[in-house]
Amino acid sequence: MSYTGTAHKVGEHIDTDAIIPARFLVTTDTRKLGENCMAGLEEGWVKRVKPGDVMVAGRNFGCGSSREHAPIAILGAGMPVVIAHSFARIFYRNSFNMGLLLLEVGDEVDKIADGDTVEVDAAKGLITNRTTGATITCPPLPASMRELLDKGGLVPYVREKLA
Amino acid sequence: MAHTLAQKILQAHTDEAIMAAGQIVRCRVSLALANDITAPLAIKSFRAMGAKKVFDRDKVALVMDHFTPQKDIDSAQQVKLTREFAREMGVTHYYEGGDCGVEHALLPELGLVGPGDVVVGADSHTCTYGGLGAFATGLGSTDVAGAMALGETWFKVPPTIRATFTGTLPRWVGAKDLILRLIGEIGVDGALYRALEFDGAAIEALSVEGRMTIANMAIEAGGKVGLFAADEKTLAYTAARGRKDAPLSADPGATYERELTFDVSGMEPVVACPHLPENVKPVGEVQGVTLDQVVIGSCTNGRISDMREAAEVLKGRKVAKGVRCIVLPATPGVWKEALKEGLIETFMESGCIVGPATCGPCLGGHMGILADGERAIATTNRNFRGRMGSLESEVYLASPAVAAASAVAGVIAHPGSL
Ligand code: SF4
Repeated sequence: MSYTGTAHKVGEHIDTDAIIPARFLVTTDTRKLGENCMAGLEEGWVKRVKPGDVMVAGRNFGCGSSREHAPIAILGAGMPVVIAHSFARIFYRNSFNMGLLLLEVGDEVDKIADGDTVEVDAAKGLITNRTTGATITCPPLPASMRELLDKGGLVPYVREKLA
Repeated sequence: MAHTLAQKILQAHTDEAIMAAGQIVRCRVSLALANDITAPLAIKSFRAMGAKKVFDRDKVALVMDHFTPQKDIDSAQQVKLTREFAREMGVTHYYEGGDCGVEHALLPELGLVGPGDVVVGADSHTCTYGGLGAFATGLGSTDVAGAMALGETWFKVPPTIRATFTGTLPRWVGAKDLILRLIGEIGVDGALYRALEFDGAAIEALSVEGRMTIANMAIEAGGKVGLFAADEKTLAYTAARGRKDAPLSADPGATYERELTFDVSGMEPVVACPHLPENVKPVGEVQGVTLDQVVIGSCTNGRISDMREAAEVLKGRKVAKGVRCIVLPATPGVWKEALKEGLIETFMESGCIVGPATCGPCLGGHMGILADGERAIATTNRNFRGRMGSLESEVYLASPAVAAASAVAGVIAHPGSL
């Protein structure tokens, strides 16, 4: 499970209203939510994102309302991974259950700047900043969680387990 | 590795070795719970998952407690949908009507939760069972649907904050005051993500019901679970409900992220002022605040010991004119016991309204909603803006003794001052 892409850096305490404002909650369509990803932070923010890019954030990313639309919007924008100093609890669970990989790295998040190219190896627990050569280690993602993400989240995961 | 209570319980439910906080593990669950608000959503996800049956018909609990007896057509539809699901799946522990009570008071009373269990519930106050030594936490409906289908879920192993309460509780100071004091100290996000573990002489001296009152409000400090060791009191409580449990305590030398100590000697009863549970003040600082309503009940303080505490204050006294004092024993079991002990008569003699075992006004559902500008004191757990009705109303949180004394005084009052 590895990804390489451009880092898009956002600040601290980014709440779910910044990730996907309530006015866009009229749909659960991944692509449509993705088109408005981070619109609560900056109109048109998402235009900078190419599929496979990586979101990088400060402390307490995903705080606020527990809407499951927030991780879907990030996935819909084409970003399969968020690296942050830390995450809010409900957002953390929702993300894995929706199929979005989160890596919590504490202060080491400062080793990544906006626009850097980063490579993420979740199984090894290794993040490499291709631009600077810096590396960050985090606990390797257990096989069961990789499976959850591979299947695309909790609903398809359970569906397959039961089949 | 030496484990905290949280780590120790999770370890017993997973085949992976728990090495540190932050690790993600997959755990078997002992019970999955949903209520009349959250079950319909969980059932929708359960169907989307293509699940045909629940993992174990004896390990799913569906408790219709929030808007029941069904207060309107919408809530009746929600309950109907859940009832039909329960029938289809053959769910043993479906509760509605005369055998139903507030979920977090009901499940411990029925012996469905106990020490060492891992319980997931689509309700944030699922953490109540930590009072018995269960790793119990609230999850979203989709999460609970997954657990209902598979009998397992994943957890990120939480770091633990240890809260030690030393000293002897003064008269009129109880479990509710201890947890409010802790929340006042660390704030509504002070234990975010974390397990809280409670110990100390004052905790050992508390009844099991008092410990559940404390565990119940762990979430009000942002906590994932609020845990107590299972001692002789716990084991006597669960044995009386047909369970066979073993003692449970944290390993000596376990690592705590933070340790807090509170001396309870000389403490005064406290109240949480609007609109956050962290706005905690000694009752002396707010006495005299006028009231329109008093609510005694809920999953925090609706058990028999709470009814006794309120009745002790109300006995031989009258509720002040112009104040509605609503008493809701949290389960049919509490109701019957209160009746037998003459507490119901005391409440009626005092001029209280005694209602059925329901969440009712706790979440602004029904049976005691506040109008613009009205003010209540309640033994419930949340005083967010609009929680009990109008956005222009106010809720103070307190113990049953303080709530009862305030009902008599018609203003917030210290039970010792009557
Ligand atoms: S009594 Fe209140 S807090 Fe407890 S389950 Fe019911 S609504 Fe929730």
